[in-house]
Amino acid sequence: MPIKSYRQAINETLFQEMRRDERIVIMGEDIAGGAGTPGIEDAWGGPLGVTAGLVGEFGRGRVLDTPISESGFIGAAAGAALTGLRPVAELMFVDFLGVCFDMIYNQAAKFRYMFGGTGGAPLVIRTTIGAGMRTGAQHSQSLYSIFTHVPGLKCVMPSSAYEAKGLLTQAIRDDDPVIFFEHKMLYDMSEDVPDESYTIPFGEANFAREGDDVTIVALSRMVHIAGQAAEALAKDGIECEIIDPRTTSPLDTDSIIESVEKTGRLVIVDEDTPRCSFATDVAALVADEAFGALKAPIKCVNAPHSPIPFAPELEDMYIPDAAKVEVAVRAALEASK
Amino acid sequence: MDTAQGLIMKQSKTELLSAYRGMRTIRIFEDRMHVEFAGGGVPGFVHLYAGQEASAVGVCANLTDADILLNTHRAHGPAIARGADIFAVAKEIYCRGDGLCRGRGGSAHLHDVKSGLWGANSGVGSGVALGCGAALAARNNETGGIAVALVGDGGANQGVFLEAMNLASIWKLPVVIMVENNGYAEATAADYAIAGGDIHKRAAAFDMPGVVVDGHDYFAVYDAVLEAAERARAGHGPSLIEAKQRRYYGHFEGDAQSYRPKGEVEEYRKNRDCLKQFRQKVILDDLIATAELDAIDGEVGELIDRVYADAIAAPFPSEGEFMQYIYATDT
Repeated sequence: MPIKSYRQAINETLFQEMRRDERIVIMGEDIAGGAGTPGIEDAWGGPLGVTAGLVGEFGRGRVLDTPISESGFIGAAAGAALTGLRPVAELMFVDFLGVCFDMIYNQAAKFRYMFGGTGGAPLVIRTTIGAGMRTGAQHSQSLYSIFTHVPGLKCVMPSSAYEAKGLLTQAIRDDDPVIFFEHKMLYDMSEDVPDESYTIPFGEANFAREGDDVTIVALSRMVHIAGQAAEALAKDGIECEIIDPRTTSPLDTDSIIESVEKTGRLVIVDEDTPRCSFATDVAALVADEAFGALKAPIKCVNAPHSPIPFAPELEDMYIPDAAKVEVAVRAALEASK
Repeated sequence: MDTAQGLIMKQSKTELLSAYRGMRTIRIFEDRMHVEFAGGGVPGFVHLYAGQEASAVGVCANLTDADILLNTHRAHGPAIARGADIFAVAKEIYCRGDGLCRGRGGSAHLHDVKSGLWGANSGVGSGVALGCGAALAARNNETGGIAVALVGDGGANQGVFLEAMNLASIWKLPVVIMVENNGYAEATAADYAIAGGDIHKRAAAFDMPGVVVDGHDYFAVYDAVLEAAERARAGHGPSLIEAKQRRYYGHFEGDAQSYRPKGEVEEYRKNRDCLKQFRQKVILDDLIATAELDAIDGEVGELIDRVYADAIAAPFPSEGEFMQYIYATDT
């Protein structure tokens, strides 16, 4: 099977889906780049190079460079989705979604409901999350919980290239608005990715690692951080089960409960800040539905309740790492001895 | 010959009768809603359109089945003008299970795919951005349609309004931005909140035509929209129309309107009213006989009685339907 990066997997998916369905348009800031300049078309191919080449095949009618007008173009994408297109909009950093939040949580998310099921927005908003690129407090957040909170939206966080292709294909074919969170630090991570199209259904977790001692629920890049911790712990005979829910809305609650009923211990690894977070949501779920199975208190490993620091030394402290996960797993085991 | 003369020769007598019927229907519907609301039978926030009828009807007289109208929270008038089933409209305002949106939208969110009525919403400037998207979809899918986005003077002060105007212009979208300037954004005067006082002048900055018309004059609205719609259909891009008008009731029902000058509504009802203006014009020009107009008034009155009786008797949504329509798979 060919090896592809996370970035290449997403790019290939956009090519394949746009060939399959003419109603798909992509739009965003510098999604091709070079619009109106004397320089080359496709100058950037997206601020992070994910949409390179698309304008060459599909033209400016389907690959739309937008002004820096997030409310304007996310609103236009929502309106177009409501009336017959299937837009894939890119908003380069999740940090900027606040600029157009009304278009997402009051408009796209609610159309189907407010209109009694007679209209909906098959819209994908691709955006990036994650710290580690030294991009400071306004380019590095992992704000998926805010969107998970909103009924009508679906929230997707691929943790690898294979996952990214299958989940993006599903997102584009889905009839509901989907926020697709790409992790910046995963773009250059590669693995086997089939050439042909495939979908990964929403709401079905991936058991990234099997084990009997502790359940670790982790998303996106944190799946890899959890994996590093699990490798180290395995040397001491501690077997972790890593569950990657893939989507926080819908959430595969059954798989999480099933695993905790087996292990009796739960650690949640979440790159977002801790209050009202994905971690607290999963902790509440398990406390409510599987309390009897728990042998130890639930442990959450989050970023601190802080903006993301710019200083590299501080930023590294901010991001949950394998050492912190190890500490949490050992604490869960210690508490249940 | 069934064609009106002179100033209004663009429309047949049938079209003129239909326009009059549309305006009268909205007026009686809204006057009745005002009474019913005061009686306690109507839930929630209700924003009435009475006084502004010429605006929605003048717009919709220019639209085809392929076109899309983006509505605002002051939604009843444009929904009726666009041809949504008035029985279903009333039932939606009364939050009944077989209302236009099955009781999930209500007064401010009337939506009807069948009649090309999309996205009434309370993010007051949002419809202009959504309208850009609808125009893009019409162009890419070659439907032959255009989009008309209604927005008030209040909505015109949101950033998204300016972003959408810019987007419409650089992408040359087939969209008409119809600003219904009724003088008040809630309780704040347009003269206070709008720098320079004129919204239509902003169009020049975005390289699109911008005109101002009397929003109580059906013929003035019709002509302005005709020109803008033709421009959009020909692929020449967006236009902006500012139709100055006044609402006859408050921002919402229950609004004491202490911000309005005494006698303002009475003055508009007496001397500027769209139905009165229309009648004068067509009777003076010998286009339509008084008796024909009076007959329409009587028919509409009877219709509205039936509409309200039907809505009040309709069943509420049931608990079993609670989680429907949130996602595409919720049936």
